[in-house]
Amino acid sequence: MQLVLEKRAERSRTIALVSPLIAIGLTLVTMSVLFAVLGKNPITALGVYFIAPLTDGYSLQEIAVKATPLVMIAIGLSLCYLANAWNIGAEGQFLIGAVAGSWIAVKTQGTEAGHWVLPAMLVAGAAAGALYALIPALCRVKFGASEILISLMLVYVADLLLDYLVRGPWRDPAGFNFPTTAEFDPVATVPVLIEGGRLHLGSIIALIVVAGAFVLLERTIKGFEIRVVGVAPRAARFGGFNANQLILLTFAVSGALAGLAGIIEVAGPIGHLQPGISPGYGFTAIIVAFLGRLNPVGIFIAGLFLALTFIGGEQAQITMKIPLDVTKVFQGILLFYVLACDSLILYRFKLVFAARQVQSGAG
Amino acid sequence: MVLVEAIILSVLAASTPLLLAATGELVTERSGVLNLGVEGMMIVGAACGFGGAWLSGSIIVGALCGIVAGMLMSLIFAFMTLGLAVNQVATGLALTILGTGLSGLIGARFVGERISTAPHLSIPGLSDIPLVGRIAFGEDAFVYLSLVLIIAVWWFLYRTRAGLVLRACGDNHVSAHALGYPVLRIRLLAVLFGGGCAGLAGAYLPLAYTPFFIPGMTAGRGWIALALVVFASWRPGRLVIGAYLFGAVTILQLHAQGAGVGIPSQFMSALPYLATVIVLVLLSRARTGGSTAPAALGTVFVPDR
Repeated sequence: MQLVLEKRAERSRTIALVSPLIAIGLTLVTMSVLFAVLGKNPITALGVYFIAPLTDGYSLQEIAVKATPLVMIAIGLSLCYLANAWNIGAEGQFLIGAVAGSWIAVKTQGTEAGHWVLPAMLVAGAAAGALYALIPALCRVKFGASEILISLMLVYVADLLLDYLVRGPWRDPAGFNFPTTAEFDPVATVPVLIEGGRLHLGSIIALIVVAGAFVLLERTIKGFEIRVVGVAPRAARFGGFNANQLILLTFAVSGALAGLAGIIEVAGPIGHLQPGISPGYGFTAIIVAFLGRLNPVGIFIAGLFLALTFIGGEQAQITMKIPLDVTKVFQGILLFYVLACDSLILYRFKLVFAARQVQSGAG
Repeated sequence: MVLVEAIILSVLAASTPLLLAATGELVTERSGVLNLGVEGMMIVGAACGFGGAWLSGSIIVGALCGIVAGMLMSLIFAFMTLGLAVNQVATGLALTILGTGLSGLIGARFVGERISTAPHLSIPGLSDIPLVGRIAFGEDAFVYLSLVLIIAVWWFLYRTRAGLVLRACGDNHVSAHALGYPVLRIRLLAVLFGGGCAGLAGAYLPLAYTPFFIPGMTAGRGWIALALVVFASWRPGRLVIGAYLFGAVTILQLHAQGAGVGIPSQFMSALPYLATVIVLVLLSRARTGGSTAPAALGTVFVPDR
């Protein structure tokens, strides 16, 4: 028996729309098996993961809060991936954005600084993220070095830099020796949208980013260039599109969005800079980008779905003692199924029994 | 002299997981497959390796568990990229994300446990020779295994017919297919070999490097191994040099920290990662006359039969 792939004459549009749903379905089946192996009732566990968080207002806000960085980062990554540039160091750009923005918050702490502080922090975060992302992009364009490996190495560097700052120069003297800065001043904090809630302004910014990406890709020449360079590099060259320039541009934009997400996260839900500000947002956003089919609207929905898995995972840990790592396993399996189902768009799968000789294109 | 000996010994130990993982990836990439999931396969290998050794009380069983775990992980990768023709970069990332989660899940019950690490060899007479003895004849078995493995890979790639065919698949899968070689089957074997090596490299960490398991203990070594393959220009000889250079950088920063150098420890810890970036840039720059990478590296192959 042999699995054989046959190229479709045309990309299947139906499957393109349905494939993420098939992937989610297959993931749920696989997760049920995993829960059973862990000795938990799969139905109850899936309920805690995917239904319970949708039933109360607090969890719904939490989903939006978690989805905010995921969607922002994934939108940027999708631009890179569409242009066939592999930025996988968004985690590092997220951390650097958080560090750069926090610098302003730390320096203005306890001063009479006015309402310019938060906007300045957001700009600094985005700029730092963009510059940090330009390092691997420039190395790729100028020297032909692997942007994948370099962007990834810089994640570890950013993580260590953050660690150094909160343990050293920026540590809160009144913080009982914990590695954290002092709580940011109110002018350095992202305002919440609902009094007493956790939903914050960053979610609105994320929506604007989604809309902006939609317009960029659907209505502008630049968006068209990005798509063509990714799908048909040769055609793009004949069209006079500069692929290197697009790599720099998409990396800068995705770095800026990741950096912005980083400073929003720190100045919003967390409120101070400390190690472990990201439960792997930069990597999960890769899944969000693919699950959303590199499409802004798709990414918005995918971001909410993966945020649900984070919240559900926390709930399942508390109520059912299911280890948190199950969430990561879930995300990894989901990405596999998403990629496998994408293959269905281009190919038809066939199982061939026995090794018989097939006459192809007889004529 | 004692310090020099200690440093050389620790460099060998720090280099071995890099060399093992990179050796596997070298063979995988030579067959034309770019498996970016080395970090994921390593970390699962570390969890399973420690688990196996802790449950059985045997380092060898632990190492075998690590190898099998790495191979199973690479089997998923092979099914996706060779069977379903999925993009290799994305699949490799998925493998790392999955591996990080699985490793945490498998390893959770072993955190806080200790085992006695792989013993260092002791050959009466030879190991007692001052300086040279300990280094040449007194390491743990993995160190020698990693060197034997890379020599075997060199011999296989350049001195056997099968190695020639494997390289042909990596350079031009269409021609290799036309000549009647089973490209996908050869790549499957190469991917499995890479997975086994990565699993063993991961298992080395809790079995010989430190006597315990902690989540995330590979700390990017899988990615550095990937960079080493580029550094080595896909050649086994240079891979050995590269692995030992990187091991030296890792150890250098540890010793500098121990000696109380006035640089914050985080900056020293960042050295191996920064070194990787610099090496990648310098090498890519020096290689302007065209890449030495296998020509079909990372490309999907669907036989038209």
